[in-house]
Amino acid sequence: MALIETRNLELAYGGRTVLRDVNISISRGEIVTIVGPNGSGKSSLLRALIGAIRPVTGQVIRADGLRIGYVPQALAIDTTLPLTVARFLNLPARVPADTALGALSDAGVPELAQRQLGALSGGQFQRVLLARALLQSPDILILDEATQGLDQPGAARFYQQIETVRQTHGCAVLMVSHDLHVVMAASDRVLCLNGHVCCEGTPQVVADAPEYRALFGTGTQGALALYRHDHDHHHHDHDHDHPHEDAR
Amino acid sequence: MLDDFIIRAALAGLGVALAAAPLGCFVVWRRMAYFGDATSHAAILGVALALATDLPVFAGVLGVALAMALVISTLAERQVGTDALLGVLAHAALALGLVAVSLIDGVRVNLESYLFGEILAVTVADLVVIWTGAGLVLALLVWRWQALLTSTLSPDLATASGIAPKREQLILTLALAITVAVAIKVVGALLIAAMLVIPAATARPFSRTPEAMAAYAVAVGSFAALGGLAGAFTFDTPAGPSIVTAAAILFALSAVVAPLLTRQPR
Repeated sequence: MALIETRNLELAYGGRTVLRDVNISISRGEIVTIVGPNGSGKSSLLRALIGAIRPVTGQVIRADGLRIGYVPQALAIDTTLPLTVARFLNLPARVPADTALGALSDAGVPELAQRQLGALSGGQFQRVLLARALLQSPDILILDEATQGLDQPGAARFYQQIETVRQTHGCAVLMVSHDLHVVMAASDRVLCLNGHVCCEGTPQVVADAPEYRALFGTGTQGALALYRHDHDHHHHDHDHDHPHEDAR
Repeated sequence: MLDDFIIRAALAGLGVALAAAPLGCFVVWRRMAYFGDATSHAAILGVALALATDLPVFAGVLGVALAMALVISTLAERQVGTDALLGVLAHAALALGLVAVSLIDGVRVNLESYLFGEILAVTVADLVVIWTGAGLVLALLVWRWQALLTSTLSPDLATASGIAPKREQLILTLALAITVAVAIKVVGALLIAAMLVIPAATARPFSRTPEAMAAYAVAVGSFAALGGLAGAFTFDTPAGPSIVTAAAILFALSAVVAPLLTRQPR
């Protein structure tokens, strides 16, 4: 049975419809990745799933008592707010110190407990966010471009950690990602968004779909061409092939 | 003991510091300083309203401050050019209040006492109002502390954990209105925002956790209240502004001392 699903979901942002006719369903234990160009509604979909934005029409249906571990895209910690990692892990629910330390270990950063949140590197920060999400014993982890700002090896390690976490915690994982090579390697299923769900299926099915190729490359290599390049691809709303120029 | 007006003044100052300092931490963390300004300036309009309708001043100020805070919350949520808008509202409310007070027939109001406070004229009844209000604000903050912190960090993280950030914002709004209403007698409408922001900003460099910052802010606020009162007696200066001056001096000291502390090896 589905942990979370949407029925005929339509979402608007600033009065403009960003997504329509979304019918997706996430099952226990699977890793599903959402890909799509900027402005295709990826983050909006995740935010609708956690309840932060209300759909224009349609609905989000959650399994009874569903626990969501949410890892946001980034978190701007105001420098006026003093916050140690250990204290952060106790928000909103207080947890015993060894439980918090266990979650940090699961996320691969047991040494960070007493550090200030604002003084962490991008990779450390994402792992602390992951640790906090794990503390809720989530049925599903929802990650919004969690590797933004990480370099290639950092992102690869982060995804390995996600895979490990999935195995140890048995939770489903739904993530938005720009790292197409990782998507293809690590996902059970891929959803390609562009204002609606333009194609979905196993990574291979999606990579072969004409809709996906129209978005991510029209060359004969399709996704594989992109997947060999070590760049982030941000401006996918062009209709020609240009795998190099979008490096950040 | 309460017969002594100095004791009453000290207790009034401590009561305001107790509520304003931890609330001020949220004002600082959420970058709501101007929000505090606009709400407290609106208090003068509340004074006018109370005098015109024979309501207690506390009720008038609480009502108008709450209305103002709600209007700002709503507008900020819709992101209607917030910064400029807050500036307009803050000063418009103050000007409108001053005009309204002058229009009231038959009442000769000492405006200065509402603009700068009248802490030396605090009665036992005032003390009851101040400490009840301060206790209410503290209770609200303690009750919602975890949820308030989470939604201050990130509304989305809060929502994913089942917290409604809008509700928490409303609770802060209510706490702010109560604080303004109890503080107007002590430091006056013009300087309430200072009692929110300065103790919190002073405490920041010495704090590793939000709780420590709130506790230090209370200490700074209390010390400023007592020190300011003592200064007002020594130098024969107005009490409200003297309290804020004392807070400002503490802030300046902390800004000088804090870098020296952090430079030393642990």
